[in-house]
Amino acid sequence: MRRRHFLVLSAASVGGVLVYSLDRKVSRLCAQDRPGQAKPVSDKSGGKPDKSVQSKTLRIPLRFFTESEAALVAAAASRIFPSDDAGPGAHEAGVVIFIDRQLAGPWGRDARRYTHEPFEDGLAAEFGYQGKATPRDVYRQGLKDLAGFDALPPAQQDEKLKHIEDSVFFTLLRRNSIEGMFCDPIHGGNVDMVGWQLIGFPGPRMSNVNDIDKHNGEAFRPKPMSLSQVVPEPVRPSEEQTRSEPKRKKTSA
Amino acid sequence: MKNLPKVDAVIIGGGWSGLLMATQLGSRTQLSVVVLERGGARKLPDYLGGMDELEFNVRFRMMQDYSQETVTLRYNMRDRAVPIRQLGNFLPGTGTGGAGEHWGATCPRYVADLFELYTKTVERYGLKKLPEDHAIVDWGVTWDEIEPYYTRGDKLMGVCGKAGNIKGKLIEGGNLFEGPRSEEYPTPPMKLPYAAALFEQAAKSLGYHPYPNPAAALSVPYTNPDGISRPGCAYCGFCDRFGCMIGAKAQPTNTLLPLLEKQKSVSLRNNCAVRRIVFDKNAKRAGGVQYIDANGEECFQSADLVILGSWTLNNTRLMLLSGIGEQYDPTTGKGAVGRNLTHQVSAGTQVFVDKPLNRFMGAAPTGICVSDFDGDAFDHSNLPFIRGGTFRVAGTGFQPVVSFGVVPPTVKARWGSEWKKAAIEWYDKVAGIGFSGEHIAYKTHYFDLDPRYKDHFGDPLLRMTIDWRQNELEMVKFATAKAAELARAMGAKAVIGPPSFERYDARRYQSTHVQGGTIMGKSPETSVVNPWGQSWELPNLFILGGSTFPQNGAANPTTSVIAFTYRTADTLISRYLKSPAALA
Ligand SMILES: Cc1cc2nc3c(=O)[nH]c(=O)nc-3n(C[C@H](O)[C@H](O)[C@H](O)COP(=O)(O)OP(=O)(O)OC[C@H]3O[C@@H](n4cnc5c(N)ncnc54)[C@H](O)[C@@H]3O)c2cc1C
Ligand code: SF4
Repeated sequence: MRRRHFLVLSAASVGGVLVYSLDRKVSRLCAQDRPGQAKPVSDKSGGKPDKSVQSKTLRIPLRFFTESEAALVAAAASRIFPSDDAGPGAHEAGVVIFIDRQLAGPWGRDARRYTHEPFEDGLAAEFGYQGKATPRDVYRQGLKDLAGFDALPPAQQDEKLKHIEDSVFFTLLRRNSIEGMFCDPIHGGNVDMVGWQLIGFPGPRMSNVNDIDKHNGEAFRPKPMSLSQVVPEPVRPSEEQTRSEPKRKKTSA
Repeated sequence: MKNLPKVDAVIIGGGWSGLLMATQLGSRTQLSVVVLERGGARKLPDYLGGMDELEFNVRFRMMQDYSQETVTLRYNMRDRAVPIRQLGNFLPGTGTGGAGEHWGATCPRYVADLFELYTKTVERYGLKKLPEDHAIVDWGVTWDEIEPYYTRGDKLMGVCGKAGNIKGKLIEGGNLFEGPRSEEYPTPPMKLPYAAALFEQAAKSLGYHPYPNPAAALSVPYTNPDGISRPGCAYCGFCDRFGCMIGAKAQPTNTLLPLLEKQKSVSLRNNCAVRRIVFDKNAKRAGGVQYIDANGEECFQSADLVILGSWTLNNTRLMLLSGIGEQYDPTTGKGAVGRNLTHQVSAGTQVFVDKPLNRFMGAAPTGICVSDFDGDAFDHSNLPFIRGGTFRVAGTGFQPVVSFGVVPPTVKARWGSEWKKAAIEWYDKVAGIGFSGEHIAYKTHYFDLDPRYKDHFGDPLLRMTIDWRQNELEMVKFATAKAAELARAMGAKAVIGPPSFERYDARRYQSTHVQGGTIMGKSPETSVVNPWGQSWELPNLFILGGSTFPQNGAANPTTSVIAFTYRTADTLISRYLKSPAALA
């Protein structure tokens, strides 16, 4: 068993209320006095930040990253998708938590990628990623190379990222940052739907039948709703399932 | 090996083609039928809670699990192929309903002359016009023969649209370039999203003939001839790559499964992966299939009739693994299995307009098409290519993980504040003009078994040898210029054309319209099945689906898959069962 690692965030910086599933239980995480305690509540209420808890801190258990790795990822994701004049970014959306869960889940271990040998290299990019390393491996190595990154000033951080812009690691990190900004909050990112609000995406809206051919040229921005608000039954994302599909017995020809 | 009691017919694959054949046999014959589907069971209620972009549109939860099986790719027969290790250029389906569950439901028919491509092209332009190394052939079927089956397919799904040619009479507002239909569409066109409305005006202003995209998502509630009722579309936008949670999009699970469940003579077995068709070469007879069941047990299902409907890749692979017929060899031109591998040409242009488009609303198949440059609708005498395709602005329903980050060409950054600002600014102002074009067959493009890589059972993977050639490059160049004109007429502030067609790209989603491998034709030397889908080699083996199509049309293939499946079912029931032998 690995030592328990936590990501420590100030509640104010993440808007006070997070919808995460913690330790593979669907729960609503509230900021609290005593660290490390999540208060599971039913996941129906709106999601307005609770002013009274904004100064507190949150300790979020990590599933894949160590604390220091999480700090590096958070810092890098914040350069890719910064919090700035144009609105909230990777930090507010909880991108690092999203990535942590993805890496701990089936995607992180390449559960659905063809990983038979031999791995060939030196091929044209058009053949797609041919490496042996899983997303977990790519992150572990990439983060080793980023040691000390979180302590650098932003301009130097950008320099460093420019250097690795074409790497598999950076490509993944950029893609995962966008995913963490805009995925449904059940995956741990897009906290409070900050990503959706940024671009006016309403989330899973069951019906647009009365609006589809109206509003021509005018922005139509219904209030965002997440899957857990829309669907009566709890939805379990694949990263929350310990084993997704039963593996079939191996047989040979 | 577990030997199962013999049945009259075994069907491999539970997608559009396999389940349609099953319900036909179930409703029109007394035959005992077993459908073997490698993937899990699915039903309509499964799709509630499915509006999750990350799971379905990014991680592809519904599609084939590549850790178990993929294909290998190379550009020419001198190279060593490598596996396509993650879903990319196409998205094969698995589980009940197959790719028919998460398809886009765009439902156009092939242009009428596609079925006689060789004859018609040579008639108009002479032999010299045919591209080097082409493998263009006639199908052995004509438009008039297949048209009634298209009409049946339209009624099955309740396809929405506006006819442009009924029995030779041209109708404004419909597709003037389509083959003559026997009747109007069963349901009226869908509602249009704003981007498509802009495209329609633009196309008109340029003198083209825009028409509503034929759609198998319902504009209005509809009851089909089998008595199956489905509701109208809600334009939720979680459509292509998702299952429809209300059943408005025609899918095998909402159109065929309800019938099948009532048919006592038909059973569907899930999690059963077929590895071989067993046959007797001397007797010229298929005897059944060998498969691995849900418990991992090796089974033999004996049957008098074997029907292969496992989509292009596995239709071809199962023929090769079983050793039925001769592998095609591009150096000698001998052998028929594996020939005429094609992948529909598809090239998208991005159009930046200065108005919000509310792109989250939509349905995959609602939109506007322009077919003025389809097939041979325009003169190619002075053009460096043959054939053409359709332009389309569809209201797919855009979701942010996949569509965020598209910025005008003036913005060079791909991350950081500058990029973020531009990407937010433009997020809802990008429309896509899609172009899908015909892909002609070449002697050098084919399937065989890979000598190195295996699937999770230890069977060789299928190998694709394919690349784009001059005809596709030139066609895309031509189409891109036309798309740019259309974009400007839509009021574009900036335009980004499609990525280059220099090389076939395994990373980029092209379409799941891959065809050939077991093509139909008039001769056993150059085709695997006759024009009714019957194997030349084993008369009690029938093959369904795009693997039997010798060329790739510009139209999306499924309505053609359905039409040919109906035709095979009719022939099988009315002719073959009466006298089980090679059809002439
Ligand atoms: C994202 C997407 C969008 C699409 N959009 C459109 C569109 O808009 N318009 C259009 O016309 N077409 C579209 N298509 C294509 C359409 O889905 C296919 O043309 C159609 O489903 C083909 O029917 P089929 O029966 O041949 O194959 P499928 O429906 O794929 O069914 C084949 C079945 O065989 C099973 N199978 C495979 N191997 C085995 C085996 N060894 N043993 C047992 N079972 C096996 C598979 O699991 C699968 O369920 C789209 C496809 C995708 C993926
Ligand atoms: S857009 Fe319409 S057809 Fe498509 S999934 Fe939603 S309701 Fe179904």
